[in-house]
Amino acid sequence: MEGLVIENVSMVFTLANGGQVHALEDVSLHLKPGELMAVLGPSGCGKTTLLNIVGGFLTPTAGQALLNGHRIEGPHKERGMVFQQGALFEWMTVAQNVSFGPRMCGVPRSEIDGTVRHLLEVTALQDFAEKPVYQLSGGMQQRVALARCLANEPDVILMDEPLGALDALTREKMQGLVLKLWKETGKTIVLITHSVEEALFLGERLVVMAPRPGRIHKEYTLPFADQGVEGDARKIKAQPDFISAREEILSMIWEMEEEIMGGADTH
Amino acid sequence: MANRKQPGGLAIWLGVADSSFTRQKTVKFGDASAVNSGRLWSIVTVVALIVAWSITTVGGVIDPIFWPPLEGGLYPWDNPNRAKPGVIDRFMGLLSEGYRNISLWEHVGTSVKRVLLGVFFGALAGIPLGFAMGLNSAARGLFDPIVEFVRPIPPLALIPLVILWLGIDEVAKVFLLFLAALFIMLIAARAGVSSVQISKVHAAYSLGASKTQVLRHVILPNALPEIFTGLRTSMGVCWGTLVAAELVAADQGVGSMMMIAKNFLQTDVVVIGIIIIGAIGFAIEMLMRALEAWLIPWKGKG
Repeated sequence: MEGLVIENVSMVFTLANGGQVHALEDVSLHLKPGELMAVLGPSGCGKTTLLNIVGGFLTPTAGQALLNGHRIEGPHKERGMVFQQGALFEWMTVAQNVSFGPRMCGVPRSEIDGTVRHLLEVTALQDFAEKPVYQLSGGMQQRVALARCLANEPDVILMDEPLGALDALTREKMQGLVLKLWKETGKTIVLITHSVEEALFLGERLVVMAPRPGRIHKEYTLPFADQGVEGDARKIKAQPDFISAREEILSMIWEMEEEIMGGADTH
Repeated sequence: MANRKQPGGLAIWLGVADSSFTRQKTVKFGDASAVNSGRLWSIVTVVALIVAWSITTVGGVIDPIFWPPLEGGLYPWDNPNRAKPGVIDRFMGLLSEGYRNISLWEHVGTSVKRVLLGVFFGALAGIPLGFAMGLNSAARGLFDPIVEFVRPIPPLALIPLVILWLGIDEVAKVFLLFLAALFIMLIAARAGVSSVQISKVHAAYSLGASKTQVLRHVILPNALPEIFTGLRTSMGVCWGTLVAAELVAADQGVGSMMMIAKNFLQTDVVVIGIIIIGAIGFAIEMLMRALEAWLIPWKGKG
């Protein structure tokens, strides 16, 4: 089957004291090539575990994940990662970071140079190519992380709260860039986020997960990502249907959090 | 800020006035960044020490056997017809004629060479071992008991054993320093490997890097700052260990020069040795800091 398939995946960790944590229970999903799926949920719902399974960094205790029909068994350049803190290599320049994947895979020098130049232009980093990455701002570092990931031409891009550490304004700009890159490259994207607004705006599909055990609570198909590719982000986020969807999901997550806390935090 | 006069650059450099930013602070006690260099007082200290040295020794208050005069002269309790040389004269003499047929540069050079060799071999063995311990369970288990046992032993405590094994020649000294540097480098390299953020390793693998490439392009550069700190520490420890080792048994080197001088009651040479040891230790530290800033500019910026 084409695309990314998650089949009855469960993940149970056994603790030192003999107790068990059901990080994921019987999760199934199917992403067609080119889809952008946002995953949302309160902390402890297993969304990062799910991403680590798709990334190939964890083997599920039951079920399997498949990409284009073959089983995911480890990390591979077909699945690129973007992390919250960028996970950039601070001993390299911007250009060296972006060219890392192709260099490791033995792509010829001439070809790499063209790719890097193009990606730095797309991410508006062309003037910073020779700068060490630690001199860049948080937003620029995340653009380097995106460019580094795209340089390797992955089929799927996995993003673990990629915009979580950015300030509100930079975050909004970066959301626009993610949508633009998604449309231009046609990549399949899985994006994990804590922000309901971000999930609604970016997720062509939106999965809300629930904790204890980690499972899929509800799935949506949304129009906002397509609108956001061309349209004005502020206007889209001010639409009545955007706001009502936001409130619906917010109260859903609010309830889940209350359940976890046992109402301890309410007054 | 109506009538407040702005202090000049010299006053700020001397530390008699605060910088313009510190001057605006209302809370200064407890704010370490509000404490300025106090350089004027440093100058006072240095000048006072030199003055005290000349007064007490030239005036004959202190017997030159306990503390030599800065400048030479006649001493009432000594042979009144023979002037004793001071530390400055003696130092000039050491520079031009050397000590006991060996030039001062040779004494210093021998000591520095021993330290560099010891640190070099210590790093050569310690870094790969530290990497192995940080990356592999078997290696960690195999070497952990040895490392944890030897770690608290001061290298000087190994001198008797090293003398029994290797005698007192050059190899024995370099071997002692090798041992001192080995464990520092091993622990530094292991800490460097352990400090790598897992997301960087994951990122590298999902960009198609092989295990060897992850080691070469991610783990190694990530560990370099820790390794360099280890190099700096082992340089310092080896320098201290060496001088002590030379005091015990050697015929060349700064420590041995001092030990021979002691036997002839040449306190001035002993004091010159102490000053040289301090100056070289300081120079090594400064050199390593400059090298670090040049070679690993990303340190602490991950």
